[in-house]
Amino acid sequence: MRLDTADILSALVLTLELAGVTTLVLLVLGTPLAWWLSRSRSLVSDIVGTLVALPLVLPPTVLGFYLLIALGPDGLGGLAGVRSLAFSFAGLVAGSVVYSLPFVVQPIRGAFEAMGRRPLEVAATLRASPLDRFFTVAIPLARPGFLTGAVLGFAHTVGEFGVVLMIGGNIPGKTRVLSIAMFDYVEQLRYREAHLVAGAMLVFSFLVILAMSRIGRRIGEVRP
Amino acid sequence: MTAAAGGKPAEPHGLDVSLRGRRGEFSVEAAFTMPRRGVTALFGPSGSGKTSILRAIAGLTRLEGRVLAGGDVWQDGARFLPTHRRALGYVFQEASLFEHLSVAGNLVYGARRSPGGIDQELLLEVIELLALGPLQGRAVADLSGGERQRVAIGRAILTHPRLMLMDEPLSGLDRRAKDEILPFLERLAGSFALPILYVSHDIGEIERLADDIVLVEQGRVTASGPLNQALTDIGLGFVRHPHAAAVLPARVTGFDEADGLAELDLCGQTVFVDGSGPGEIGLERRLRIEASDVSLAREPLTHSTILNTLSVEIVAIEPAGRANLAVLLALDGPGRLTFMAKVTRRSAARLELAPGDRLFAQIKSVSLATSPTPGRQIASST
Repeated sequence: MRLDTADILSALVLTLELAGVTTLVLLVLGTPLAWWLSRSRSLVSDIVGTLVALPLVLPPTVLGFYLLIALGPDGLGGLAGVRSLAFSFAGLVAGSVVYSLPFVVQPIRGAFEAMGRRPLEVAATLRASPLDRFFTVAIPLARPGFLTGAVLGFAHTVGEFGVVLMIGGNIPGKTRVLSIAMFDYVEQLRYREAHLVAGAMLVFSFLVILAMSRIGRRIGEVRP
Repeated sequence: MTAAAGGKPAEPHGLDVSLRGRRGEFSVEAAFTMPRRGVTALFGPSGSGKTSILRAIAGLTRLEGRVLAGGDVWQDGARFLPTHRRALGYVFQEASLFEHLSVAGNLVYGARRSPGGIDQELLLEVIELLALGPLQGRAVADLSGGERQRVAIGRAILTHPRLMLMDEPLSGLDRRAKDEILPFLERLAGSFALPILYVSHDIGEIERLADDIVLVEQGRVTASGPLNQALTDIGLGFVRHPHAAAVLPARVTGFDEADGLAELDLCGQTVFVDGSGPGEIGLERRLRIEASDVSLAREPLTHSTILNTLSVEIVAIEPAGRANLAVLLALDGPGRLTFMAKVTRRSAARLELAPGDRLFAQIKSVSLATSPTPGRQIASST
């Protein structure tokens, strides 16, 4: 049997696209959310913080099921005027954002909390308005948190399976990402492709975790 | 000593504060004014609420009341300017430089955002005064505590503040770093004609730096006024301190090369001090005279190793411990500056000391309270 590189490549590109877009969306949505969670001590913020953390423990199939409903004709799909947002790239992004949210929000929130109020107070005494302080002090100081969040969000999206299976199906070039392709190869006993994908994923995961610990050490150097 | 809220009319005060409210455990009640120039110390024991008052003046925390700075309303019943709209400089207890910026980036962070922008001339002056030149190329993380605090002070000055607030800027530093920074602080008030409100619980720092003092106890301002008036005020407790001292202004009048002694004029009387670097003739310096270094005699002693003898009058006599008395003395001459002698009860009884007596005060050791090189230009230039 011939090695089907085109199939793998198409799945790889789709996976990178999905992870890239998801990470961007997560950084944009997650930053204000993380900021609010790090500052507020209200019951509402505790509840929201819990909701954000839910994907950490919920079986991906459960999450996928609810997303399927939410994206369907009675939910966002209906609002968008299509039958369903599921089984589309947009649907996959929406699902991945929810699924990877805690992996991005937690590190950023942690970095905001670790810096404390002092740097922002200092900036206020140096004439910086609240928005100015946020962009010129809070965000740069939380850089390690953003790096960690971005890497984790990206890697976690690459590695997701259950949610994608539930809401994405297995449409080549559209929703067939690497983890799904991998499952297919094994089912069809195409072990050469399976080995290639599995090996690449293994190396990728190793590099991600290595990168995380390097970033972690850098944070340690800044705050002994 | 004026009452807490007292003060002179005429031009607006450097700062006019009347704040009250609760901060955690205790209630804060602070009403005082400070002059438009010089260093005013906000003094009190740790945990007495000094920092709470300072933070409220800066608008970092909110207390009820009013804050007027040099005529600007920062806060009153109707208005509350947020911190970034108050023309103040704030130096925090621990040097709080931005770790993500270079030394130069830290220095101009506030200047860039202040109405005047970056004033190149002022920048050079600040770099010169605080000796920041060699630090500019270095990473913030590589600076020592003292160096960081110097950068933080420079950064604050560059925002063109009308008022400088300093929250124990030396308390986090070791002895050596403190000695390194104190001369810079001494120069600050004079060089930039900037009123400084300086929080400290270290009377030694205050004796060197402050012109005026505001006393805080358990969140309340209990007294305020010129430094030496407070140090020698029987009602305030400084006089009973084991190292009670007076800080008096004197003018350099000469220098004896052969003996290495500087000659200073103290209210028309002459005082000799160790002459290493007293500054130029005519320069005003502050003398520190510790009460335990002062002894009293009915007649001037001629056969003695003690150099400095001043003619004085007893103003009051106060108990200071079981065996000792604090004798409050007024110098003969204009101004009737006051200082203290610590004497035993036995000696006081033997000499039958009483208020109104005219005596000779022998001073074993007089020291210049400020470090020599820069001098206090505030006094010499105004």
